[in-house]
Amino acid sequence: MFAENKSYLLLRFFFIAALFLFISSPANSSALEINGELSSQGFLFIHEGAWEDQEKQSVSLAAKVEMYHGFTDNLQFTMEAFYRIDSLDSERTHGDLRTAELIYFTDNWEISAGLGRVFWGATEFVHLVDIINQTDQVEALDGEEKLGQPMVHLTIPQSWGVVEGFIMPWFRERTFPGVKGRFRSPFAIDSNLTVYEDDEQHHTDLALRYSTTVADADLGIYYFNGTARDPVLLLSFDNTHLPVLYPYYEQIGQSGIDIQMVAGEWLFKAEALYRTGQSRSYAATTFGFECSLVGIGNTMMNLGLIGEYVFDDRDQGWLPTIYDNDIMAGLRLNVNDMDDSTVLIGIIRDTHYGSTILGIESSRRIGDSLRINLNASFFIDLDKEDPAFILAQDDFITIALIWYW
Amino acid sequence: MTSYGRFFSHILFALVLFGQMLSISSGYCKTAEEKGLQIAREADWRDDGFGNYTAEMTMTLKNKQGKESKRSIRTKTLEVPGDGDKSLSIFDTPKDVRGTAFLTFSHKVGDDEQWLYLPALKRVKRINSKNKSGSFMGSEFAYEDIASQEVEKYTYKYTGKDEYHGQLCFVVESYPVDKKYSGYTKRVSWLDTKEYRLQKIEFYDRKKSLLKTLTVGDYQLYLEKFWRPDTMSMVNHQTGKSTVLNWTDYTFQTGLTDKDFNSTSLKRVR
Repeated sequence: MFAENKSYLLLRFFFIAALFLFISSPANSSALEINGELSSQGFLFIHEGAWEDQEKQSVSLAAKVEMYHGFTDNLQFTMEAFYRIDSLDSERTHGDLRTAELIYFTDNWEISAGLGRVFWGATEFVHLVDIINQTDQVEALDGEEKLGQPMVHLTIPQSWGVVEGFIMPWFRERTFPGVKGRFRSPFAIDSNLTVYEDDEQHHTDLALRYSTTVADADLGIYYFNGTARDPVLLLSFDNTHLPVLYPYYEQIGQSGIDIQMVAGEWLFKAEALYRTGQSRSYAATTFGFECSLVGIGNTMMNLGLIGEYVFDDRDQGWLPTIYDNDIMAGLRLNVNDMDDSTVLIGIIRDTHYGSTILGIESSRRIGDSLRINLNASFFIDLDKEDPAFILAQDDFITIALIWYW
Repeated sequence: MTSYGRFFSHILFALVLFGQMLSISSGYCKTAEEKGLQIAREADWRDDGFGNYTAEMTMTLKNKQGKESKRSIRTKTLEVPGDGDKSLSIFDTPKDVRGTAFLTFSHKVGDDEQWLYLPALKRVKRINSKNKSGSFMGSEFAYEDIASQEVEKYTYKYTGKDEYHGQLCFVVESYPVDKKYSGYTKRVSWLDTKEYRLQKIEFYDRKKSLLKTLTVGDYQLYLEKFWRPDTMSMVNHQTGKSTVLNWTDYTFQTGLTDKDFNSTSLKRVR
């Protein structure tokens, strides 16, 4: 409870500070931008849920507001607030400040403070090394939606590369589907029972990164020390003596590397990490290629062929992953029409169990400010031993309509 | 070297210099290739020293049935002495790609370097510059058409003079050096003889048939030296589709430096 209050206090202080800056800055309406989006999304599941309380369809509404204000040429504020209302899963009815940060920059360094979003990585299917932000798991199954991370972020760009330092004074807990939600294990995850190895949510996490461009390659290397973003899920019983899972967040040290390299019409991508602190130390890597075919069949269409592989040596009994030893293949079609139509088809196959996930993402614009997304995922021949087995009944089609303003 | 030797080398140097001057002044002795290259170099030289500029552009796509779609893009360009320009394009509309940015380092020799910034994921992606024949955002402009036009990227052939829209023009054919990845076998360009400004280009596809025509118009003079067009119109003869670029708000010498064209500035680009 105290921790909760402290976070609100911090946020309130931040907003008052930001508000003060707005009021005190010279009136310059051209430097203020506000825009956003409204979206509706429907899920249709092919099968009945594997567990009680799950349903076959759900709808939700979401709103996003983005604000930017430039106080001076080198001081700016950006904010992105998000809220979703879900018809089925109360855990998915949630909001978040994705970003709310002040950025000050000179020619030689840059500092930002507030809630930020940082992406590290190179590959398309599995994002192994991306660690700064917590995953907003209820938002998207692919883990690409992230929660805003409170941090102070210093960037020093030099001719020989970019050095970045991160101080993260507050930890964000992962979101999990509720009892009515899909994509979950037989026992619901109760975040109220969350346990930390050290310092609760106020452990100060640190990270240091160096990135550079050498010839045709972009590469980055980092060290992170702090609270693991992915918790171990442990079994307990709630006060009605029913079994529940609770998240246990450990302290870890993680070194990571990511590379993107161009060679002719090929792009090569690789990520690797070494982590200590969760059961035994382990390494993991993912790498692959993307080859682009331009103007296929004498049209304007481009086709990207993607091939990737992931290997993860973690203790599967302690911290299971569905990407332990998998091959991935993908086709990315850019129609290059007025409506910017795209189709992405991907297959993930577990080399050990033979479990296969087929995913399709398609999208096009309608008019000037509307976009429609049609996605589907099918879970084929999932083995009972595979951690992905909990998804066996969750084949779905989802349609989303997004209006931008 | 003896003093006699040094004297001899001076004479030799003077002779070589004289010979070069002779060849510059007498165009008639040149081959069509040399004359073509000379015109391309002159046009490039006349735009030398612009330093940097920003501009805004509206791109209007039109299909055969007349359906239109608009994109608005802001551009920042930095001249790099001895190499190709650095440029940054930021999308304002369509709204679903708002904030998306392209960073390009063009090079006189070798492949350009390109990065794409995706604001939703805060992700900087390297992109393949071999996609140069691909369409830029669904338009009739290929990446190689909007890229910095470095002299070294083509070989040239002068074919004569022609009157275009009341202006006497040089007509120069150019052939891409990167034959494997360019979408063209040949381009035919019209440059006015007075200011060496590009007026029109005809593009020939890999099968050597006429693919597109670009017409460039409404040139304005900036800083009393640098000509920039207000409109560029590309028509695809094979599909009937077209794309028009309308340029506004050209501002030169805005104080842009190298630091405005790196991955750090890309992530907070506005």
